[in-house]
Amino acid sequence: MMRIAFPYGLVLGGLALGLLASAPALALDTTKLPVKDVQFSFDGPFGTYDQAALQRGFQVYKEVCSACHSLDHIAFHDLDEPGGLGFTEAQAKAIAAGYKIPADPNDKGEITDDKGNRLMRPGILADKFPPPFPNEQAARANNDGNLPPDLSMVVKARDGGAHYVYSIVTGFHMTPPKGFTVTAGKYYNPYFEGWNIGMPPPLTDNAVTYSDGTKATVDQEAHDVATFLAWASDPKMEERKRAGFGALVFLLVLAGLLFFSYRRVWADLH
Amino acid sequence: MSGQSTYTPKSGLEKWIDQRLPLPRLMHDTMSTFPTPRNLNIWYTFGGILTFCLGVQIVTGIVLAMHYVPNANLAFDSVESIMRDVNYGWLVRYIHSTGASMFFLAVYIHMFRGLYYGSYKAPRELIWIIGVLIYVLMMATAFFGYVLPWGQMSFWGATLITNLFSSIDQIIPHLGTAITTWLWGDFAVGDATLNRFFSLHYLLPFIIAGVVGLHIWALHVPGNNNPLGIDVKSPQDTVPFHPYYTVKDAFYLCCFVIVFAIFVFYAPNFFGNPDNYQQANPLVTPPDIVPEWYLLPFYAMLRSIPQKLIGVLVLVGSLVTLVFVPWLDTSRVRSCRFRPLMKQFFWAFAVDCVILGYCGSQSVDAAVIGVPLVWVARLGTLYYFGFFWVLMPIIGLIETPKKLPASIAQSVLGEPAAAPAE
Repeated sequence: MMRIAFPYGLVLGGLALGLLASAPALALDTTKLPVKDVQFSFDGPFGTYDQAALQRGFQVYKEVCSACHSLDHIAFHDLDEPGGLGFTEAQAKAIAAGYKIPADPNDKGEITDDKGNRLMRPGILADKFPPPFPNEQAARANNDGNLPPDLSMVVKARDGGAHYVYSIVTGFHMTPPKGFTVTAGKYYNPYFEGWNIGMPPPLTDNAVTYSDGTKATVDQEAHDVATFLAWASDPKMEERKRAGFGALVFLLVLAGLLFFSYRRVWADLH
Repeated sequence: MSGQSTYTPKSGLEKWIDQRLPLPRLMHDTMSTFPTPRNLNIWYTFGGILTFCLGVQIVTGIVLAMHYVPNANLAFDSVESIMRDVNYGWLVRYIHSTGASMFFLAVYIHMFRGLYYGSYKAPRELIWIIGVLIYVLMMATAFFGYVLPWGQMSFWGATLITNLFSSIDQIIPHLGTAITTWLWGDFAVGDATLNRFFSLHYLLPFIIAGVVGLHIWALHVPGNNNPLGIDVKSPQDTVPFHPYYTVKDAFYLCCFVIVFAIFVFYAPNFFGNPDNYQQANPLVTPPDIVPEWYLLPFYAMLRSIPQKLIGVLVLVGSLVTLVFVPWLDTSRVRSCRFRPLMKQFFWAFAVDCVILGYCGSQSVDAAVIGVPLVWVARLGTLYYFGFFWVLMPIIGLIETPKKLPASIAQSVLGEPAAAPAE
């Protein structure tokens, strides 16, 4: 049956190719480019997060990305969790205190002050990172109608993961090919599906000043922020890989014991 | 369950229980002394593996349900909270999500093994039919479960599949739409749908467990088929289930768990779709709605038919067909080992299922070296039905099977059986 199917396929394929060849000029294929090939410290079964890169990436998020992108699923206490950025609890508390969080009603049941401003309080470890915009409409109104996606799961939620994030933020400033017009209010980025991206080029050289002396090139910033967002998506990765190693060692030993038991039990049958 | 019981209570307590509720006797007869053909190979260990998979899904599922919130506004965040805030929540959830794929992997091996060795043939027809029922229940459970994280694929997959019922409109106007609305509990997939799917997802595994009980009960009446497909003729052909098969099953189960663990710990999202880590958004349709891998062959069949109602009938028919397999196969010989012609078409069928799966994973208008995949899927669908409804009956009649060995013992031990058969 399959042997009969194949020639049919070839004949049909030939016909299809013929039709394609005779068709008028094809529309430009704006499928996104494959992600850039970069190395990350967390690649592979034994890879771990580079703590310095995580802290630098957090700085890039905080000083650049967070102007538009939320980080809804990350709490300040995540910053001092093992397998993560490596901040102390005091440092995490200090970072949290630097954020303003809408306060609960006060003793009089008010949530605004006399002038009508929303009452705020400093963040604590239990708080999540506050979003830059109160709602989707506000986010769109401030971004030419585009909605900047939440970044807490972006590495899990995109094909290519951290490599995709790196490719997108370094994928600007190229000349679009002939025949491609960039939509008004959008930017050309061939690593983005459709090539029109709403986000302006986010990174520039020295957009941040790293305290560890690392030179803040676009490439370095992109790599660091991709590392940080990979952690944000998968904060349990180091724990998972470690547990997996233990589990596999145990299972392999068990399999060995079971194999010899199996051979021993069956030996008298043959 | 069949034959004489060899159970003798070892203590006064056991005797007391046995006279009132012969549960220890049942366990003893089915799991310890049960005579099992001595030539079962690795592919026969998947029954036990599947029972293990069901147990894992139920145990991890119960824990997940303690933390999950079936609410359209909270479900997505609650799953993410399980991953981040619940102690070892990431482990439980990854075992459950990977476990679904491992469950289907095992069930496919189990089903193809049954097809290859003719395990559906008399007197085991009901074992096979109950098995088909379990498979369909598994698909329903998996579908409901995939909706629960309330990601983009959850939402759009649920929309696509439930919309299939609206094709009934083509026979009786409005009936299909009415049924779909009734299933949704709303005019679109929403909070009401999520809640009932959660309820059903919790219910069905226990129904599966019950039907698995029937499956095993039915198995213990005629006993196992075996790779030779010939009946057990003398006690020499069998060994007691314990310790021979308990230890063999344990070893292969452990190997299976190793593969399982590699996915859970090192590629937990291998079987998933990245889109499902984006919260469901009724306003944004993903470019391609792709079901989980284990449903892809059926999805390909559905999509290959341009007319929606016929597509749905083909989809249903592909599953109903399996029920008739015991009677579609006209051969007197069970095992494909002795069926040179059937063996070839069997493997072509296995390849056909993989090809259909590939077609289902690609976008509708995809082509490979200029061949539109929709046509490949059409031919694949044709072969799927042709294999069961045309080839199976005909090959059984025209094929000359190879000579069957006299007995299992003779085949295994390579000498004439010492005890005279029957």
